[in-house]
Amino acid sequence: MANMSMAEQIESALNRISTIFPSESSELTDLARLSGGASQETWAFTVSDPKTGRNRYILRRAPDGHAEGRSEAAIALSTEAKLIKQARNSGVPAPSVLHICAPSDGLGDGFIMAFLEGETIARKILRDEIYADARSDLASACGTALGKIHALRLEDVADLALPRSDGLAQLKQYEDIYRNFERPRPIIELAFQVLRKTPPRPLPPVLVHGDFRLGNLMIDEHGLAGVLDWELAHIGDPREDIGWICVNSWRFGHSANRVGGFGALEPFLAAYAQAGGHTFAPKEIDWWEMLGSLKWGIMCMIMYESFRSGATPTVERAAIGRRVSETEIDLLNLVERGQ
Amino acid sequence: MHDGPSIQELLTAVKGFLDSEAMAELNGHGRFNARVASNVLATALRELEQRPAAEADEIARLQALLGMRGETGDLDTLNQSLIAKIRSGELDETSVELLAHLKATAIAQLNIDQPQYSGLKS
Repeated sequence: MANMSMAEQIESALNRISTIFPSESSELTDLARLSGGASQETWAFTVSDPKTGRNRYILRRAPDGHAEGRSEAAIALSTEAKLIKQARNSGVPAPSVLHICAPSDGLGDGFIMAFLEGETIARKILRDEIYADARSDLASACGTALGKIHALRLEDVADLALPRSDGLAQLKQYEDIYRNFERPRPIIELAFQVLRKTPPRPLPPVLVHGDFRLGNLMIDEHGLAGVLDWELAHIGDPREDIGWICVNSWRFGHSANRVGGFGALEPFLAAYAQAGGHTFAPKEIDWWEMLGSLKWGIMCMIMYESFRSGATPTVERAAIGRRVSETEIDLLNLVERGQ
Repeated sequence: MHDGPSIQELLTAVKGFLDSEAMAELNGHGRFNARVASNVLATALRELEQRPAAEADEIARLQALLGMRGETGDLDTLNQSLIAKIRSGELDETSVELLAHLKATAIAQLNIDQPQYSGLKS
């Protein structure tokens, strides 16, 4: 084992997982690492079979002993896999999960899912001609998907023991992180004050995706093909997910379209309510959009801090510290709009 | 001390190397990092050019806003006073002067950090 490359170890482990091989003649090929840092890896591979043809799959895994590099709020990949299954069963577009890794598989915490064709890169989705049809209806497609996610019955995911966090808890959590950095910024201070002054009315908790935005949505030329990256899922307020996709940073330069840079909030909310979500007026999302901008600003500070401390000494982590000012102008624009 | 080449010239030379040589030689993540590095150098060059005047303007605005005109005070101290007033509620979002100052500061910062950012246009 010691002399095998990581790819060889994974290939050998995958070859022992019978659920992904339709018959004795099935063959695994084209194993390639797609992305990921030290804490989490994504691999693609193909299974060829005389009867079922060639099928592509994705392995997502956190190798043993490396789970600590993931976001603190992140759920285990095996939990994420169960959640994706549950969502897909309820009609949410999501990849089909074929296998959840057991310790005996030797792959660490992880799962295998079908490979979804499409694009996740926001700038291409928002600009390229081949996504023009998809874009025209994407706001309502996303509203429908999110409405279904929020309509999932909490008792059906109770065994996953997901973390719980509402808006005010997050405000407190991010303020604690920000204060620990001891790098005070007046605009961030004002945003905390404004948000604390006007807390939203409490609502019954739902399953929140936690990172519902372009980048984590698989889009093909017909529209929304799958909701990905469920690792920040938690039990919380439905308006958190809606506000998050409205954050100007997630409009990727197309600021006029409040939802994700591709649509208006009204059709999104109409589709959302029709799919089983609450009925919200656009104004009820404002507080959450501001919270989202504030959270993203502090997330940029967290990433810069990992450079400053020497934990992740990359040029990218240094550079992201200079994006906090993007969220500051967004916060000010939102404060002004509220006056 | 010498300044030939100046710090601007040194940074411009490295940026030129990244843009016209390194990026062509690199693929995948290396190429991505080279692009980020080039953007970082562009930020550093803008900061060298713009920060002195931007900081002087910010200090003048803070002195006016805090009623400390004519007094000396470094930027950190002035910002700490501003933050104390924001946290105590003495200055809040209903203050036109506060919002105007913060907006001017954010714009000056973004003109250095990310001059193409969409939020600058609204």
